Amino acid sequence: MSLQLGWPDYMVIRDENRCIKCEVCAKQCANEVHKLDSDYDKMMADESKCVNCHRCVALCPTRALKIKVNDLEFKPNANWTGSAIKEIYKQASSGGVLLSGMGNTKPYPVYWDKMLINASQVTNPSIDPLREPMETSVLLGRKPEKLEFDKDGKLKTKMPPQVKLDVPVMFSAMSFGSISKNAHEALARAATDLNIMYNTGEGGLAKEFYQYGPNTIVQIASGRFGVHPEYLNAGAMLEIKIGQGAKPGIGGHLPGEKVGEAVSKARMIPRGSDAISPAPHHDIYSIEDLRQLIYSLKEATNYTKPVSVKIAAVHNSPAIASGIARAGADIIAIDGFRGGTGAAPSRVRDNVGIPIELALAAVDQRLREESIRNDVSLVVGGSIRNSADIVKAIALGADACYIASSALIAVGCHMCQNCYTGKCNWGIATQRDDLVKRLNPDIAYERLMNLITAWKHEIEELLGGMGINAIESLRGNRLMLRGIGLNQKELDILGIQHAGE
Amino acid sequence: MKKVYADEKWCLGCGLCNVYCRTCHSETNDIVKAHNFEEPRPKSRLHVETGEKVNFALQCRHCDDPKCVTACITGAMQKDPDTGLVTNDTDRCVGCWTCVLACPFGAIVRDEDAGKVAAKCDLCVKSGEPECVKHCPNNALKFEDRE
Repeated sequence: MSLQLGWPDYMVIRDENRCIKCEVCAKQCANEVHKLDSDYDKMMADESKCVNCHRCVALCPTRALKIKVNDLEFKPNANWTGSAIKEIYKQASSGGVLLSGMGNTKPYPVYWDKMLINASQVTNPSIDPLREPMETSVLLGRKPEKLEFDKDGKLKTKMPPQVKLDVPVMFSAMSFGSISKNAHEALARAATDLNIMYNTGEGGLAKEFYQYGPNTIVQIASGRFGVHPEYLNAGAMLEIKIGQGAKPGIGGHLPGEKVGEAVSKARMIPRGSDAISPAPHHDIYSIEDLRQLIYSLKEATNYTKPVSVKIAAVHNSPAIASGIARAGADIIAIDGFRGGTGAAPSRVRDNVGIPIELALAAVDQRLREESIRNDVSLVVGGSIRNSADIVKAIALGADACYIASSALIAVGCHMCQNCYTGKCNWGIATQRDDLVKRLNPDIAYERLMNLITAWKHEIEELLGGMGINAIESLRGNRLMLRGIGLNQKELDILGIQHAGE
Repeated sequence: MKKVYADEKWCLGCGLCNVYCRTCHSETNDIVKAHNFEEPRPKSRLHVETGEKVNFALQCRHCDDPKCVTACITGAMQKDPDTGLVTNDTDRCVGCWTCVLACPFGAIVRDEDAGKVAAKCDLCVKSGEPECVKHCPNNALKFEDRE
């Protein structure tokens, strides 16, 4: 089809007065947008290939480049927007499902931004975290109903397995395959030195990563890639992935091009073969089936590691969470509809699932009503963007938060949402050797360390402001939150009062 | 002595080291002017070798036994006995290119614009830390004492 009805999404704007024709942009663009035209001795651009990843912009030594959204417009129409029309053009020419990377882009309400945090004034004075001790560590795992001590004061109760985090943040599941080895290494090293956890995703675990075991969550997903007893025992926590916020109800598909030697070994699949994760676990069709898998995993790891079950935030999450808790899970991870992904059908990503804030409040409430809240820890993810989001999540009832998009942004991701093309110019979502090396894990590790350290300081400041000196005292303390611009139904679901009340 | 070492594992072959080397060795010390306007055109003193799999930046190794110094017919090329730095005195250099021939690394550049003299890495003595190292976006260049 030679007739193209659309036009490039972006414009490459080059300041000719600043361009020195060093060709750094041309050498760095995996999409081959820029090139030096030797006839004219000028840098030229083919905008149609540009994905707006900003690699050229960031590396241009004279800041001569700008990428702008193409301002060519259709006749204004509130219903048939430009993107609605262009999507039809795209599908009419390709016949395929529209794909996207990263999270939901639609302007649904972000409830984090509609909640405000309290601070102490006069009574119950605030605490200065720089002068007084402040506890930000949390323990994830089933908590016993009561503690019993012998006559010497020693603990008699056998504690279920716990995982300790110094900050209530973990790097959520991103498989080796969906992200590069260097990105994986940076996450593993940073998690280890921050004493938090990172998650293998469903990609198995390369032998060289076993050294980070005490800070590793090993995931078991529907494809069962790379799952074997050694793998299960390599981490400190296990996670059964039922669903993912970006694509609830949908499986995964790692294209064969990304399955090189290392990925093939870690996943235990032939080189070059597509890694297809089915939408459901074919052995789980009920809570009872889930219980079987949870206990199989506990048996395999001799009841020494907590088992988490991760679900996407969907309409009936509270009832599902109740079932998961009763099935014997130690941790429930809920992933909201703004969560990221390497590839998802755009229609699913943008229209399926619910916001994590509402799911979290509803699940926490349901578990408390059923008196099973202490049987599980709650971990939430799905676009946690900063430390205030974490504080709000904990006040709503979470034990810890999962971050992935934020972590990738910290190491260079510019949210161009083209992860699925395998041509990530930042060396993150790619397996192409020349691109993978662009992410030096030493630099990425340092940036992750900085981000979480900065967030820890901010969490301490916010806690101190509320007159609270331990994150555990904030959990489920919804009186510390007030809604702003929310209707009564939303306030009821969130279990908070409106600002001014 | 501290020298610039390339780590080809992380070199992207982007060529930013070249851009900053040329700028540092310009009169104006301004990237745009150095590349687009300044006359004589300043020269970068390093090469970026790029290939299918391996890239690296190469500049003068400031050898312990510098062949260029031995080869120099006018005594322009000298190794500082205290700092170990090998420099070319452009006032004495006659542009015979014997040093270019003698250098086993091909690290000496012919600067025909600036009066036919040899140009080479001086470790950016004027700015403290070599500019190529300072501006490498992927830490592929290290300025270290490895002896």
